[in-house]
Amino acid sequence: MTNHWLGFPLFPEQASSMAGRMDALYFFLVAVSGFFAILIFVLIAVFIVKYRRRDGHMPVPSGHGHMWLELVWTVVPLALTMVMFFWGAKLFFHIYTIPPGAIDVFVVGKQWMWKFQHPEGQREINELHVPVGRPVKLTMISEDVIHDLFVPAFRVKRDVLPGRYTAMWFEATRPGKYRLYCAQYCGTEHSLMTGWVYAMDPVDYQNWLAGGAATEPMHVAGGKLFQQLGCATCHKADNTGRGPTMVGLYGSRVTLKSGEVMLADEDYIRDCITKPNARPLPNYEPIMPTFKGIISEEGLLQLIAYIKSLAVPAAQTRSETK
Amino acid sequence: MTTSEPSLPRENFLNCDYSIRSWLLTTDHKRIGLLFLVSITLFFVLGSAYAGLIRTELLTPRGDVVSPQNYNKLFTMHGLIMVFFFLIPSIPAVLGNFLIPMMIGARDVAFPRLNLASWYVFSIGGVFTIITAVSGGVDTGWTFYTPYSSIYSNTSVMTMAVGVFITGFSSIFTGLNFIVTIHKMRAQGLTWFRLPLFVWAIYATSIIMVLGTPVIAITLSLVGLERLFHIGIFDPALGGDPLLFQHLFWFYSHPAVYIMILPSMGVVSEIIACFSRNRIFGYKVVAFSSLAIAVVGFLVWGHHMFVSGQSAFAGLIFSFLSFLVAIPSAIKVFNWTATLYKGSISYDTPMLYALGFIGLFTIGGLTGLFLATMGMDVHVHDTYFVIAHFHYIMVGGAIMGFMGGMHFWWPKITGRCYPESWGKLSALVIFIGFNLTFFPQFILGYLGMPRRYHTYPAEFQVLNVMSSAGASILGVGYMLPVFYLFWSLRNGPIASANPWLAKGLEWLTPSPPPTDNFEQTPVVTEEAYAYRPEETASG
Repeated sequence: MTNHWLGFPLFPEQASSMAGRMDALYFFLVAVSGFFAILIFVLIAVFIVKYRRRDGHMPVPSGHGHMWLELVWTVVPLALTMVMFFWGAKLFFHIYTIPPGAIDVFVVGKQWMWKFQHPEGQREINELHVPVGRPVKLTMISEDVIHDLFVPAFRVKRDVLPGRYTAMWFEATRPGKYRLYCAQYCGTEHSLMTGWVYAMDPVDYQNWLAGGAATEPMHVAGGKLFQQLGCATCHKADNTGRGPTMVGLYGSRVTLKSGEVMLADEDYIRDCITKPNARPLPNYEPIMPTFKGIISEEGLLQLIAYIKSLAVPAAQTRSETK
Repeated sequence: MTTSEPSLPRENFLNCDYSIRSWLLTTDHKRIGLLFLVSITLFFVLGSAYAGLIRTELLTPRGDVVSPQNYNKLFTMHGLIMVFFFLIPSIPAVLGNFLIPMMIGARDVAFPRLNLASWYVFSIGGVFTIITAVSGGVDTGWTFYTPYSSIYSNTSVMTMAVGVFITGFSSIFTGLNFIVTIHKMRAQGLTWFRLPLFVWAIYATSIIMVLGTPVIAITLSLVGLERLFHIGIFDPALGGDPLLFQHLFWFYSHPAVYIMILPSMGVVSEIIACFSRNRIFGYKVVAFSSLAIAVVGFLVWGHHMFVSGQSAFAGLIFSFLSFLVAIPSAIKVFNWTATLYKGSISYDTPMLYALGFIGLFTIGGLTGLFLATMGMDVHVHDTYFVIAHFHYIMVGGAIMGFMGGMHFWWPKITGRCYPESWGKLSALVIFIGFNLTFFPQFILGYLGMPRRYHTYPAEFQVLNVMSSAGASILGVGYMLPVFYLFWSLRNGPIASANPWLAKGLEWLTPSPPPTDNFEQTPVVTEEAYAYRPEETASG
């Protein structure tokens, strides 16, 4: 928000459902900090003036300390910080708990660009179009070093790691154009790894999705990859192949040979494709070849979108509210 | 005791032998402290030059002074040099070396030759840093995050890592020396609770140095193994885990923040007591708060990783403990303020620096609460808010304390007084320049300007220009003491043994002290800071 008198902003605009909550906590912290900073400054100013050295005058000693004073200035700050702790923890869990029914957008970061793909198939580079009024979930991965997707107007950020998915969500509340940054230092052109989020009215968003070049939805592209890479040879729909079926896998709980039970989420599926024999299953031979290096991060996301599309709806809901 | 002759007739640690050899082979803790002073001052000048170039580049939104890669090298070298080659050794290796044996009434530290070795090891590490700088620098950020540092960066990562690795041993030697010295070599009657708080602070710092520094050495070795031999430790493409690096790095580097700030807190306690002619309020509480910071400080590293993908439940523990570690710092600030109450306060240069320290450290500490608050950290993490916060701690805190201490003990070290009005001016200029440099960065950070950005959106320019203007004032502020302190070495008035009428064993011996510190080993019969006759009687 550009300050009208100064001509430059002093406070970021609020454009998501998170912004108000973040700013409320911020103002609380500013108020508490401001109170204590001013208290200390005023006390120091008063004391150094009132008790300035005067010739030949040595006031009586102030004593060796007071137990009750020490207790007060231990307990009061402790109590205030505990308020900060609980408030901050609550907001943190809110920020990173994906609400049900969020629109899926997949993000691949690489030195030095952001690649986005929508489930309907649209791809974007350094631009992201989203509708206002609906939660959007970003499933993110890096092709190389650690990046971090940061949208100040939405008050959200999360590191984007190589080798593992991280996720965050936001719900834009005001149509507009907002900056997105890479916040984690990632090499030479780090400061150019920026772009824009376009928050649009739902109708405009639908028009945007429908416009442009004809695209293939991600799960359809993933289904084709599933055939091309030969996955379908073993992972048959009717579960009669040498590998387990993918139908109903996503969001279910898988019991490993070791007895460990794992949630079949994006990371689990990714690991099964890139490190297939790291977690052997009972009743199946560890014979699957690795697809690491054979399939791109985008391809992996499409395969996951395909496997996700084969999930039973109840399981899907369960995983998204976890 | 002293004369007004320009050359002091009495033999002291400075004039006993003028040969280069006598300095390079000295085992006198006071001379070793001065060797460190020369070394870290050179690194401070170098680190400041990098900062100057950074602030010049950021005058405009476009990248028009240096290339992106050179900009990345500037902030990397600035951070590495300031942290490992200035802040960490600053107070412990200079003032600690000079003062700890004298404050406890000892002739020297427990292991004088190990002490000299510490300076040589530091210098060898420093040589690697200079080689890194002239061979093109490093662009990983001082944090060396993997897999960028271990696989992707094509700069002199290994040379610099070796430099930091070697310098770490200097910290370990110094810390070990202080721990043994403080335990074993206190003068008769100098019980733990009669120790000056500076000694408590250095003791707590030494614990961190000895326990923490090996971890950074191991971590950088692992980066080297991955970089040179492609052994998969941190890069997922090789089967590693990039977050493992962050855990290991911050396990040292967060406690390292306390290595930088605790000694300054010790200096400030000495100065506040002396210039308000008062015993430090809540002496024992202040002493134990240093130890509490040292211990709990080891358990908060994960607050650097809230948005990294670290488990949210681990984050909860780290957030909670980070708030706990804030309490002893708050207690110290309250106790210093209370020490002023009913004092007899004078406004000499060291006191101005110490009061500046309290003000800036208060702001630095309070803004640290924002970063310990998990939800808040999501927005401000890796923005200029963090830059502002830690500069308030490390420059506003650690360096103000260092400057205050240098002025306070300058007459003791050199036997000369510095020009007082120039001293006051420098404290004022540094305070103003500092705030103009770093306060706008809090606003920039909440606006969302990410750190380590070579170019930035135009709407951030005004605040960046303010920051750069402040940096130039700050630069002038730092140059003033370099000139007048140097000038005072020849031209300053001769200092008496105790020009501030301060309490403490170091003020009982002439200025500059003789090589053996004390003509007679002192016996302590009173508490520290017995500035009031009543207290002397009761102690």
